[in-house]
Amino acid sequence: MTFPARPKTRLTELSARERAAALLDSGTFRELIGPFERLESPHLELQGVVPACDDGVVVARGDLDGKEAVVLAVEGLFQGGGIGEVSGAKIAGALELALRDAESGHPVCPVLLLETGGIRLQEANLGLLAVAEIHQAIVALRSHVPVVGVVAGMVGCFGGMAIAAGLCSHVIMTREGRLGLNGPQVVEQEAGVAELDSDDRRLVWETIGGQQRVATGVADVLVEDDVAMIAETVRTACEAGVPAENRSAQVGRYEARLARIDVSEPVDGPALRALWDDEGEER
Amino acid sequence: MSRGKTWFEALAGAIPDGEPASVLCADGTVGDERSRFLAVVPNPEARFPRARDGELGLEEGWALARRVREAVVEDLDDDRRALVAVVDVPGQPYGYREELLGLHLALAAAVDAYATARLAGHPVVALVVGQALSGAFLAHGMQANRILALEDPGVAVQVMSKRSTARVTRRSVEDLDEIAKEVPATAYDVTSFARLGALHRLIEGVNAEQPDAEDVERVREALAEAIYSARHDGSTDLSGRLASPEARQHRDASLRVRERLAEEWSR
Repeated sequence: MTFPARPKTRLTELSARERAAALLDSGTFRELIGPFERLESPHLELQGVVPACDDGVVVARGDLDGKEAVVLAVEGLFQGGGIGEVSGAKIAGALELALRDAESGHPVCPVLLLETGGIRLQEANLGLLAVAEIHQAIVALRSHVPVVGVVAGMVGCFGGMAIAAGLCSHVIMTREGRLGLNGPQVVEQEAGVAELDSDDRRLVWETIGGQQRVATGVADVLVEDDVAMIAETVRTACEAGVPAENRSAQVGRYEARLARIDVSEPVDGPALRALWDDEGEER
Repeated sequence: MSRGKTWFEALAGAIPDGEPASVLCADGTVGDERSRFLAVVPNPEARFPRARDGELGLEEGWALARRVREAVVEDLDDDRRALVAVVDVPGQPYGYREELLGLHLALAAAVDAYATARLAGHPVVALVVGQALSGAFLAHGMQANRILALEDPGVAVQVMSKRSTARVTRRSVEDLDEIAKEVPATAYDVTSFARLGALHRLIEGVNAEQPDAEDVERVREALAEAIYSARHDGSTDLSGRLASPEARQHRDASLRVRERLAEEWSR
């Protein structure tokens, strides 16, 4: 059996702006507060960091299968995708407008492309406030429309923005994507190399990588790092609508899952997959 | 005894039994208001050893979510009781097992529960009596529609502990203190945090470590006012934080971004 040859484009090779454009219906991409408006972070130059003209977040309106959408794409190459005052306000503000529209019966599907180490430490508490506002907007919005999170790589999704991913209606990951609260290097630094060797790629991906997260139900769909396939998966997630019970509200299920962990024994990724097998456990 | 435990006991009465022992939850009153008090406190026996010093870990995140959601379900047909989060959290645990078992999701569960309660009309008030650090504060405190804090040198609000920030950013603690003078958002003290406009009130002149009856009474009065104002301002979101005079001055960029987005949102 042969397949028609199709040039594959990896989403992870694209910039945030290109990612947003590639996911939306062809020709519908329209950026809000684009780079020529130069709405930069007012806090970075003081600390010897060159600001970016979009502060590392692209807000794009456009369509997904003809339906209105807003894509919020974090640029992982700028300051590790760290969320500062401006970039955080772009995400929170766009979600707040989508909420306003949804409440007046005009649904706009929000898609978050999460390549971020979390809050940008140079902007500290301003980032903390912005991330709390992002959390609020996701929780309010997702009862009207599904909020879709994509963790494709290469930065991964950590810190306060990993909490945001935890709040999303649907989380899509690639094998390259990683999702966790504290990044591996931070865990190694704070708890020691015996706790976690952040250079051990196999170990890291078996712990927080996309395949592991989807296998244990902590994320929803594993997809190849291919623009066309991810675009299709995002459309399917938007189409799937609002889940009956969001993952972050499944308290009984996760308390039972934690109760099944024997803390006197080591547990690793493969062992957890057996223990948290969706098929084998009662919901 | 931790400050969180001290203040929980002072406000709620006794320390209740419950699982896990690190999450205190009790119903009581503030003025005329039925209130559920919640705190995360150290538990040397905690099942997950990296969360024994008051960190907000896996069990704590899910247990807070359970306790908050219980109140939401019980009050569906009734007056929504107030939820008072007593905040003294040094952060989240750093551990391999924590990441494997989805610590981000445990914290999201607590965020979700508090935000859901607030959106359902429960007045949610955070009372910061000690440390309010990192993901732990996002999960337990930041979703409140009113944040109160004691003005005290032991009260700190920040994204990461100073020690960890210094290591991650490869700067010395002295460097960080210098930067904080220029950039108040990076400071740890609660007065600097108050300048960002997210605090409903800074409570002065209270002994945060060993409060006497008068101190507790003053805090109760502040809580009662916060609950009353949260219940009556007609908004269940966090937009009030950006409406304060302090925010107009120190979160100017946050406001400008929102104005610009609103202008450009629809063609």
